[in-house]
Amino acid sequence: MKRDRITECNDWFLQRFPLTKLWNEHMAHYYAPKNFNFWYYFGSLALLVLVNQILTGIFLTMNYKPDAKLAFDSVEYIMRDVNWGWLIRYMHSTGSSAFFIVVYLHMFRGLMYGSYKHPRELIWIFGMLLFVALMAEAFMGYLLPWGQMSYWGAQVIISLFSAIPVIGDDLSLWLRGDYVVSDATLNRFFAFHVIAVPLALVLLVFLHIVALHEVGSNNPDGIEIKDSKDPWGHPVDGIPFHPYYTVKDLVGVGVFMLFFATVIFYMPEMGGYFLEHANFIPADPMKTPEHIAPVWYFTPFYAILRAIPDKFAGVIGMGGAIVVLFLLPWLDRSPVKSIRYRGGIYKKALFLFVISFLVLGYLGTQPATPTATIVARVFTAIYFGFFLLMPIYTRWEKTKPVPKRLTTTHSLEEQLPGLIEEIIHLKHGSTEIGHAAFKGSFFAIRPNPTGIRNVISRLAKNVKGSLN
Amino acid sequence: MNNKGVDQTKRQFLTSALTVVGTVGSGYLAVPFLAQMQPSAKTMAAGAPVEVDISKMEEGQLIRVAWRGKPVWILNRTPEVLETLKTLDNELRDPLSEESLQPISSKNQVRSIKPEILVAVGLCTHLGCSPTFRPEIAPNDLGDKWKGGFFCPCHGSWFDLAGRVYRGVPAPTNLEIPPYRYITDTQLIIGEPAEEVSA
Repeated sequence: MKRDRITECNDWFLQRFPLTKLWNEHMAHYYAPKNFNFWYYFGSLALLVLVNQILTGIFLTMNYKPDAKLAFDSVEYIMRDVNWGWLIRYMHSTGSSAFFIVVYLHMFRGLMYGSYKHPRELIWIFGMLLFVALMAEAFMGYLLPWGQMSYWGAQVIISLFSAIPVIGDDLSLWLRGDYVVSDATLNRFFAFHVIAVPLALVLLVFLHIVALHEVGSNNPDGIEIKDSKDPWGHPVDGIPFHPYYTVKDLVGVGVFMLFFATVIFYMPEMGGYFLEHANFIPADPMKTPEHIAPVWYFTPFYAILRAIPDKFAGVIGMGGAIVVLFLLPWLDRSPVKSIRYRGGIYKKALFLFVISFLVLGYLGTQPATPTATIVARVFTAIYFGFFLLMPIYTRWEKTKPVPKRLTTTHSLEEQLPGLIEEIIHLKHGSTEIGHAAFKGSFFAIRPNPTGIRNVISRLAKNVKGSLN
Repeated sequence: MNNKGVDQTKRQFLTSALTVVGTVGSGYLAVPFLAQMQPSAKTMAAGAPVEVDISKMEEGQLIRVAWRGKPVWILNRTPEVLETLKTLDNELRDPLSEESLQPISSKNQVRSIKPEILVAVGLCTHLGCSPTFRPEIAPNDLGDKWKGGFFCPCHGSWFDLAGRVYRGVPAPTNLEIPPYRYITDTQLIIGEPAEEVSA
């Protein structure tokens, strides 16, 4: 009797809302390639961080005051007097850095396995729009504490727009709402940060996922799993997203939270990288801090801006570094998606690109000395070279044959016992060290020099082989 | 749908008319929203002139005052500095301030009404940081070419002690000189133009 009541309620609901259909379409009957590896954690982690930012953000707005006279003190009030305010604020500030770490790794995954290529160009475009919206969100959020870095960072970034010929000055005046960064600017950035941009972010995430589920996920082999189906029409190499990948992602979430909590509780400022030291001084429109640098996630682009000794060209270079990413699906002419089957030239180019991104990121945090500027120019050239020369070098590329079906590799855990055996196995003499301190422990086993040499040389060969 | 006997041209006309009216209407509707982001009437009205007493300034001293929320520097330059300024023309992008912002009364080599007193808006013309005052000659971090001036810590722009920009740095023009005039010999007012002398 009671059970019937529940079924009836269920039916009443399902006749009016296609919950089961949605669930099956996007979770239980959504087939994803079975060979997702470590790099495929970061999509779901990005979603997790977005939820974290929205939730902690809502609670922060309850005590924050978007007023140039009150903002700095209200943040200190949250930190000192509001119950658990420090935790919520650190979750939010660490979350923004975590967001960029996760998103950069997510984008790198796309570069490695060719996830931006046909038929996933639109997913990449939506993703890039998300990246731009995320940068706008982070930039405007950084003004809100109204510290020295907030103030002068905003001053510099808004002044970027004034470099645009003809309309530049009026445009930056319109953005600021005043002749300098002021209360009007703070108030409108607050409005954008808590309403406008988050709405855009959520909408874009929705579009990103709808487009993804239409064409299906790429995978480390870069093969379309829809090409080989079983008699029931399911991809042979696919497994339902739920429960297989929901469970896998839960593991990722657990590990991520471990790192996230460590940062929040033990190093929330991350030595001045997540929250810059100068931002603990209230904004002073009369004096720029001795050394100003943006937060770490903007530094690669900032280094490009500084490397170019012309105002307008610098702004074009900085914007171009992002615009060129949008064009990636059409710059890459190689028919092969995954780095596993691409030629050595792409592997080397991608390696150089990652190095240049990291070096530019480092230089952006450092003062602009003449040497640093020259180094930044070299790496800016490499950064753009990766993209602009891509139509040429991807055409020459000698690709390897792509398999029809997904390949399986032995996981590290499976290989480990064999490796240990090889390292400790001695042909002659005692395998145990006689010393009492090691007796019976792992350290009592005498290592085998030839075995270690073999393992290392094989590793080196593998690394070399994968680069060619 | 049965479209027989339907006057397609009428339908086409209605669709076009609605599109045009809708577009123009949304354009007009956007105006108040976009315009409300412009500086408000109160902001425009603020920015009253600032009076500064410079009688107590020593040689080589720099003071900062706020005008329209911007830092304005007043620098009392020594005769040696004025001598150095004459020798820098070849290293500067715009030594005669042809492309820079200043009142006509300050459009000269030392960029001021009285040669020794420099009044300038302390914001870099590149991206609006406030440069640091570095009057010393050839300090370790800036190298031998440094003859004293203003150094922007954000993007490394160089200015001399007349606010003139060096070549090969990101800033495009010299520092802005605000309108100012002397009330008495030791009192000046920033924000009001001097009686224009023909340049």
